[in-house]
Amino acid sequence: MTEFKPTILAFCCNWCSYAGADLAGVSRLQMPPNVHVVRVMCSASVKPEYVMKAISQGIDGVLVLGCHVGDCHYMTGNHRTAKRMPVVQKILKDIGLNEKRVRLDWVSAAEGEKFQKVIVDFVDEVAKLGPNPLKEVRF
Amino acid sequence: MPRIGVFICHCGHNIASTVSVEEVVRFASTLPGVIVADHNLYSCSEEGLDSIRKSIEQNKLDRVVVAACTPRTHEPLFRSVCEQAGVNKYLFEFVNIREHCSWIHAKEPANATEKAKRLVAMGVSKAALLEPQTEGESSVTPTALVIGGGLAGLRATASLVAQGIDTHLVEKESRLGGLLNDISALAPYSEDASTLLKELVDEVKASNKAHIHLNTKLQGVTGFVGNFNVVLNEAGKEKEVRAGAIIVATGARDFIPTGEYGYGSVPGVITQLEFERVLKTGEKPGRVVFIQCVGSRQPGREYCSRICCNTSLKNALKVVEAGGTATIVHRDIMSSGTVWEELYRNASEKGVQFIRYMLSDPPRIHKKATGIAAEVYDEALGERIEVDADRVVLATPLVSRVDSAEVGKLLKVPRDKHGFFLEAHVKLRPVEFATDGVFICGSARWPSSAKETMSQALGAAAKAAIPIKRGKVVIEAITAWVDADKCAACGNCVVSCPYEAIEIVEQDGKRVAKVNETQCKGCGACVAACPNDAMQQRGFTTRQLGAMIDSLVKHALEESP
Repeated sequence: MTEFKPTILAFCCNWCSYAGADLAGVSRLQMPPNVHVVRVMCSASVKPEYVMKAISQGIDGVLVLGCHVGDCHYMTGNHRTAKRMPVVQKILKDIGLNEKRVRLDWVSAAEGEKFQKVIVDFVDEVAKLGPNPLKEVRF
Repeated sequence: MPRIGVFICHCGHNIASTVSVEEVVRFASTLPGVIVADHNLYSCSEEGLDSIRKSIEQNKLDRVVVAACTPRTHEPLFRSVCEQAGVNKYLFEFVNIREHCSWIHAKEPANATEKAKRLVAMGVSKAALLEPQTEGESSVTPTALVIGGGLAGLRATASLVAQGIDTHLVEKESRLGGLLNDISALAPYSEDASTLLKELVDEVKASNKAHIHLNTKLQGVTGFVGNFNVVLNEAGKEKEVRAGAIIVATGARDFIPTGEYGYGSVPGVITQLEFERVLKTGEKPGRVVFIQCVGSRQPGREYCSRICCNTSLKNALKVVEAGGTATIVHRDIMSSGTVWEELYRNASEKGVQFIRYMLSDPPRIHKKATGIAAEVYDEALGERIEVDADRVVLATPLVSRVDSAEVGKLLKVPRDKHGFFLEAHVKLRPVEFATDGVFICGSARWPSSAKETMSQALGAAAKAAIPIKRGKVVIEAITAWVDADKCAACGNCVVSCPYEAIEIVEQDGKRVAKVNETQCKGCGACVAACPNDAMQQRGFTTRQLGAMIDSLVKHALEESP
């Protein structure tokens, strides 16, 4: 059996975490090629529906990355994200999935290394969880 | 059916040495809606841009996808090419396959190529659903507001009125000048501070464009760049003014010691600012010991206030020149830069004594029969020495003003953990806040010398003049809008909006949410808050993001083993 390589979706806010991902790139920080970044303006715009849609269709893990609390470009946007994502995790748990498939973290525009660490850790964690069970019942 | 063109960039070797560009091009050409897929050695070069422009025209493309570096630097460039070729710039989608792919998977070319394909597919799926947008325009009130009448505020106001811009200058005290009123002379050349102040005040007062409000505080601010409505409290009376741009020049104040080094109990122990007042009177300074970093560079207030070393050097020279003696007890003398290093050398040569102390063993101050004794452990000598003094001057840092919290809240601009305001970007936008139309200068940002304050004030005034001189501001096109049919007027969006841009209104006999597009900053917080999918953000609609997710599912889970 080949090693399981999870498919991961990451929502990154334009101002901090997307810029942090850019910095990781500029710094040539190496990380596994499993993560697909979708740029949004603010982590607060990430609808729980997006996360649920991805997970329900078999995506193995979803990352939501925003600015550190207090640094949001839109002042308090990420305060909402911080409250919203734990609810999404609880829903996952309630329907029998491991809530660790969804992770919220903060990466600033200056934190290329933090971005790398988050990616490496999350890919590793999701790989340990194994394939998303919903992958088989998708259709 | 959209007509999409996909352009993959080699970025020289930056992308092409890891990702097989040709393979991605072949893959892209099979994606739905893609009319043409091509590649360029450097898409951002004149040649690359030209070939994209020609391809748009020849193939009658109505959507453009470029897979290259990052939209944070190159999106405006490719958008302008689209516009030149007659395609609305909001019909452009950027895919990042350099920072987010080739550079970070340098040792896995095959996997990186597969990932680049998926990222391109996601971008194409979004591009197919993009819609043209129009950037709105809003008129600008041709007036500026400057908060704070110290050196920074005066300099900014003088510059604005010289440009013919009506400027409201708000000062909470009964006189202009702020800290400059108390300072004797300015480092490094010891120019007379009161002369500079008088010149600036005269310059401002001579202009009929300057509207000075003394004893006035900021009470309320609404609106946005170009059209701020500001409520002032002028000596207890409310007054409303309008402004196109606002400059924050609220300055800082000196830290008052809380009993350190006998302050308040030993006569003759004073702060640097109090010593400035002594120097102003022309009184003989006598024997003076300066203690540096009193209340700074220590736990709780870790920062270096930057100006205190130079101020002590300047004042120590004054003391020596007036026939007194001066000893500077310091942790490190921070006098970097050509003129400041010269000031330090000059002080040394003129006989100013320097003794280094350590935070773990600070100087001790005793009252003597006549005068004061400063007991210092001299690191260089390795022993404790006593210096007699008539005055001990405590060089305390500049700290943020207590009411900067209130100003920050009213203007919705951030402050750091020490209460100083935070600019939008240290290098790229040093005198601007992230909030459009609000600018920052002087010690409200960080303890600054008079020269730095003046430069920043000139920069802020020049920046603030831009929207006012243009007479119009462009409004973000990535704003939110409401699908009135789906809206249940629950109000979740209203409370989620950090800019108070949404209200519930009566429309065609139904209550619905309405977005004020000039106030909307396009964060999308309301989109996520909406339970009915009625709230949408232009350029980031739920359909567009949904399509990206579907595309990832399709290409990562279905088509690969």
